[in-house]
Amino acid sequence: MVTNLTLHDLPLPLPANEMFLKVLLVLAFIAHIIFVNLMVGGSILTLVFQFMGRQQDRYDLLAKKLAKTITVNKSLAVVLGVAPLLLINVLYTVFFYSANILTGNAWISVVPLVAIAFLLTYLHQYSWERLAANKMLHISINIVATAIFLVVPMIFLANVNLMLFPERWGEVRGFSSALLMPSVLPRYFHFLAASVVLTALFLVGFWSRPLAKEEVREMGFDVNKLQRELYLIAFMVSLSQLIIGPILLLTLPRPGISWALIATVGIGAVASLPALVLMWLEIIAETPVIGRRYWSVIASLGLTTLLMASGRHLYREEAIRSAKAAVQLKANMPIGVLR
Amino acid sequence: MEFPIFHLDLIGNRLLIAIIAVIHAIISHSMAVGGVPLVAWLEWRGVSKGNYELDRLTRKILFVFFVVTTSIGAMTGVGIWFSATLVNPVAIGSLLRVFFWTWFVEWIVFVTEVVLILFYYLTWDRWIGGFKKRHLRLGAVLAFASWVTMALIVAILSFMMDTGNWNTDRQFLSAMTNPIYVPQLMFRTPLAMIMAGAAALCVLAWVRNNEHVSEMKRAIGRWILAWSPVLALGAYKYAHVIPEYMASNAPVALATQEFADWYLFVERLSLASIATVIICAMFIAVRPMMVPRLILPLPFVLMIGFMGQFERVREFIRKPYAIADYLYANGIRVEDFDKLKTDGILKHYPYAKIQTINDGNRIEAGREVFLLACSRCHTVYGVNSVITKFKGISGGLPLDEGVMSAWMAGMHHVRPFMPPFPGNDLERDALAAFVVKAEKENIHVEGMQSSGLW
Repeated sequence: MVTNLTLHDLPLPLPANEMFLKVLLVLAFIAHIIFVNLMVGGSILTLVFQFMGRQQDRYDLLAKKLAKTITVNKSLAVVLGVAPLLLINVLYTVFFYSANILTGNAWISVVPLVAIAFLLTYLHQYSWERLAANKMLHISINIVATAIFLVVPMIFLANVNLMLFPERWGEVRGFSSALLMPSVLPRYFHFLAASVVLTALFLVGFWSRPLAKEEVREMGFDVNKLQRELYLIAFMVSLSQLIIGPILLLTLPRPGISWALIATVGIGAVASLPALVLMWLEIIAETPVIGRRYWSVIASLGLTTLLMASGRHLYREEAIRSAKAAVQLKANMPIGVLR
Repeated sequence: MEFPIFHLDLIGNRLLIAIIAVIHAIISHSMAVGGVPLVAWLEWRGVSKGNYELDRLTRKILFVFFVVTTSIGAMTGVGIWFSATLVNPVAIGSLLRVFFWTWFVEWIVFVTEVVLILFYYLTWDRWIGGFKKRHLRLGAVLAFASWVTMALIVAILSFMMDTGNWNTDRQFLSAMTNPIYVPQLMFRTPLAMIMAGAAALCVLAWVRNNEHVSEMKRAIGRWILAWSPVLALGAYKYAHVIPEYMASNAPVALATQEFADWYLFVERLSLASIATVIICAMFIAVRPMMVPRLILPLPFVLMIGFMGQFERVREFIRKPYAIADYLYANGIRVEDFDKLKTDGILKHYPYAKIQTINDGNRIEAGREVFLLACSRCHTVYGVNSVITKFKGISGGLPLDEGVMSAWMAGMHHVRPFMPPFPGNDLERDALAAFVVKAEKENIHVEGMQSSGLW
């Protein structure tokens, strides 16, 4: 029932050139999402390492070191999230706010959920020794925090997807129906896989620093073997992106698909291939030279990230342009302010 | 009028924002804006006295401030945006367009602040000996950055109370230089510093068996006393720039409509809270040993009460507006009012099911008018319920549609904090009919986050 729908924008001008704000949005979003990836991926890997630590103590020590990075990365994720939030608010006011309101209960629950998850990550980090005798309780704290970190991106993704399709707002009854719209779950798994890849690669670099290498040895690891294990995680999960990515592209609703989008994400996918090859070479490399290709891998995936984020923006623009046209057509009224 | 409607019929939309915003204001004032300067000063003091134990105690205080600000503080900050988006999207959307660059610069300072506080906290035990001076300088820079974030945001808060020349020239500079800005900043700055002292005393209440706590308490007591006269000056300046019509809302703002007659009592209670904090600080500064541990949280508890009341009053007295002279509290722009009054609000609302009211759809139309015109502040059955309000007005008589509709036509004269009814006469009658029906049949209203658009 969209025949009466007209979308009104606020009758105040944008604060700067629209294109400038959009470029800023893409760049600010990349900065934000990298730290979100590290926070979510860090929580998942900490949990995995802590479980492995029940068999081998050194993995528990590894989890402890990794947990310290989460509390730093989460602070940066939040603070860097302010800019893209500000920009999306200003650029897509009527679309974004409407989606927020239609999923309002879930949207506002992000605030207490993430605050609780943050407190739990602190509790987890600072109770490592105190709860050493009660490991399951200690791991449980991390399970709850990680579970929250896994749920919250669903709420964001449901929102940024819903905002693109005003012609479907009438069908939505809260968050769960928004979550089940096409492409939301593929987007979610694409994001999760990227989080694990990015975190594994971050850790390769993090533990390649001269001072950190000594710490790694003290924990009982061979630095090169650990690097190889982390590369292997990044490689395998990156391979899975080659399946998730096309599924995502195929499930994206048609109104947002354009040749520019296909070209951009296609080049992005191709740009990730050198990273896959280089990661594989790192995995099979002789011990003394492992790590030599690290920055080339990062550069290759950095380009992929930039292109994927740009593709995401192109999709949003095209979907909203089509939605505006559809709404105008059905309502036979111009989109404008009340007067 | 541009957006779907979020509504919570139990706690009400206002309370949702209030809970999140007050928690954020308490944490940001006491543990960041005031907290970081206090910690930086205490660290400097410990170094200048050559007392390593004072340094350890200061780090304990910073630990609590750091954990709380980077978790609950950070998320409630974002939460104010989230809740405002749901409750009054026109208000927050308009403010973001007017103050985009203020927020953007604030974001840059905020990023700087978070990076610096991470460094400051994580290097406390590493930058020692010859590096301690560098750590002290870092503390000073961080303290300044913390204050700047508040200094920028206060421009927006004060703009909501008085838009200055912006309403005529629509210039960013006019918005930034609104007349309430500097006085409110003069008030909030010492308030944040005193709250920080009170919060630090609260942390010290949990420290046991430490002979240096008394020295620390004495220092914090002096800190609070030093900022007290600045707070008095700031309060004086602030009180004198509040527009007259807002000041007349103070009795209801302080004590709610039901207890408006008690406002003098509530006003005195607030002043007594501050006085008690200052007296506590005096004792702590002069005879720290004599002040038992159990008393130490008292100043913080009192300051939380004071802060909550201050924010409530600030939010309330600007009524009937959300943004002075530009946007009514129910999200309707002043400039749109006349047209809505003539045409009716339902005609201009894209998600209205009913545009032409008749006998068959009057109750449903009334429900839609309630959502559009009243639900930003009122519920049907929950907090600040319209049924309770009308029962109060009717003086115990059964609710009467005609009387209620007539009263709503002039309610903004009787209660100046209420926006004038925005719709046409038919819509006003429908609203009255809906409220009467809701009272008789226990009808509850859902927001579109549950019911959907149609």
